[in-house]
Amino acid sequence: MLLRDTALLFGRYARQTLRSPFQIFFGVLMPLLYLLFFGPLLTGLPLGREGDSWQILVPGLLLQLGLFGASFAGFSIIMEKGWGVFDRMRVTPVSRLALLLGRVLRDAALFVFQAVLLVLAAIPMGLRAPVVGILVGFGFVALLSAALASLSYALALKLRTPQEFGPAINTLAMPAMLLSGLMLPMALAPGWLDVVSHLMPFRYLVDAVREAYIGHYTTPTMLYGVLVALGLTALAVTVGTRTFRSAGASLG
Amino acid sequence: MPIISTAGLARTFTGRNGPVEAVRGIDLTVRPGEILGLLGPNGAGKTTTLRMLTTLLPPTGGTATVAGHDLVENPAAVRRHIGYVAQSGGLDPQETVRSELVTQARLYGQDRAGAAARAEELAADLGLTELLDRRTPALSGGQRRRLDLAMGLTHRPEVLFLDEPTTGLDPGSRTDLWALVRRLRDEHGTTVVLTTHYLDEVDALADRLVIVDKGTVVAEDSPAGLKAAHGATTLQEAFLAVTGRGPAPADTTPVAV
Ligand SMILES: Nc1ncnc2c1ncn2[C@@H]1O[C@H](COP(=O)(O)OP(=O)(O)O)[C@@H](O)[C@H]1O
Ligand SMILES: [Mg+2]
Repeated sequence: MLLRDTALLFGRYARQTLRSPFQIFFGVLMPLLYLLFFGPLLTGLPLGREGDSWQILVPGLLLQLGLFGASFAGFSIIMEKGWGVFDRMRVTPVSRLALLLGRVLRDAALFVFQAVLLVLAAIPMGLRAPVVGILVGFGFVALLSAALASLSYALALKLRTPQEFGPAINTLAMPAMLLSGLMLPMALAPGWLDVVSHLMPFRYLVDAVREAYIGHYTTPTMLYGVLVALGLTALAVTVGTRTFRSAGASLG
Repeated sequence: MPIISTAGLARTFTGRNGPVEAVRGIDLTVRPGEILGLLGPNGAGKTTTLRMLTTLLPPTGGTATVAGHDLVENPAAVRRHIGYVAQSGGLDPQETVRSELVTQARLYGQDRAGAAARAEELAADLGLTELLDRRTPALSGGQRRRLDLAMGLTHRPEVLFLDEPTTGLDPGSRTDLWALVRRLRDEHGTTVVLTTHYLDEVDALADRLVIVDKGTVVAEDSPAGLKAAHGATTLQEAFLAVTGRGPAPADTTPVAV
């Protein structure tokens, strides 16, 4: 029942996304601009860790893509609520978890697709990385997108007015990006900033993807990255499902 | 055996300026095959009541059984037996009529082929066949409402909840919709609970009407019984006698049909 309903809703949302090429390609634009106009500044700079500048920047851009893209996923449910589609579906016997997972899987697929485009664009810029490492990176993008999209949907359902949603997400996503060292590794940071950034779960993810891009798959950094990514996803899906179950409890 | 029974059903919202008691304890029994009109001015608590009875909103007080299942204990079972058409419908502007009907049937458990067939059947029944491949924003108000209704009928529910089904429709579309509701009950024995603030609507359609005001039931009778009880010749007079005011601001009342 859960699998069938999830597949059904994934199909509906995936088809809606495919009908909107703008939505598919727009998300790649910001990281692509960083790749083109910021990436070349870093070649030759000492970045405080193993790997060339592309092996350090591209993992950061991949997670930035997931971070910003998935955080705003909740907008779609605000729209659906406004149209009455969300309630129309909740009144059917469809699995509540499927209502969340169908969306979240579409989001994960979309952001992994965008990540593939970004990596393809990075290769002519000078990126060299092992294929396995690149695939591991996509895995992290998928988990991060799924986790953040779930939280975004939960937040969108909790807020009383849609106008609060955009500012709330920006306020959360900007410090999250800066404190995770997505653009430049936190190895460059003074002590206090390094400590603060360790409180930010995305820090562990980006460090792990950077390890993967230099072919290190069995280091403690990778282990922490995997554990944090899985933990974050499990937590986020739990929060998301609880919110979907009780949606309407506080709002009309 | 009533198909719906509620006891003290209540809902309080926690608003910005303190609690809002939208529904203050509603006792209701509905017989199978009955058409019940829930009548009341704007803000009376009609929508909140329907949202509770359709499992969309957990009650903060009271109990209810719908189609043989407890609302709170077993919402999933309730959902299988009921259909709901919200006040403002529930159509996705990115989808076509056909894809909405097919998705809805699949959400109710039909397989792909069954859902496609059901979509055709419902479209034929509700005069939507010509429109199947149109996107939903390209429908007229009356066509939209027929599609909303088709979505609620996908799984042939025993109980159908309609929230202000005719608000905003032209007189012709309103009478068409009334005929449809009557046909549902006569041919399939469907129980229909509808809300409205149009008196002519309950007069024409409902076997029994329940007047809610400020979240409680203030009167409950057949349209004829209510008129007789208040010595009124029209439902308008009876309504005024019960609530002390009209059911809706004058400008929202449609011209007589
Ligand atoms: N989500 C909500 N939060 C706070 N108050 C609400 C909410 N939904 C409805 N209300 C209030 O509950 C009362 C009843 O509303 P409603 O059930 O929509 O009335 P009706 O459908 O009869 O017009 C109104 O005062 C309305 O403002
Ligand atoms: Mg209402």
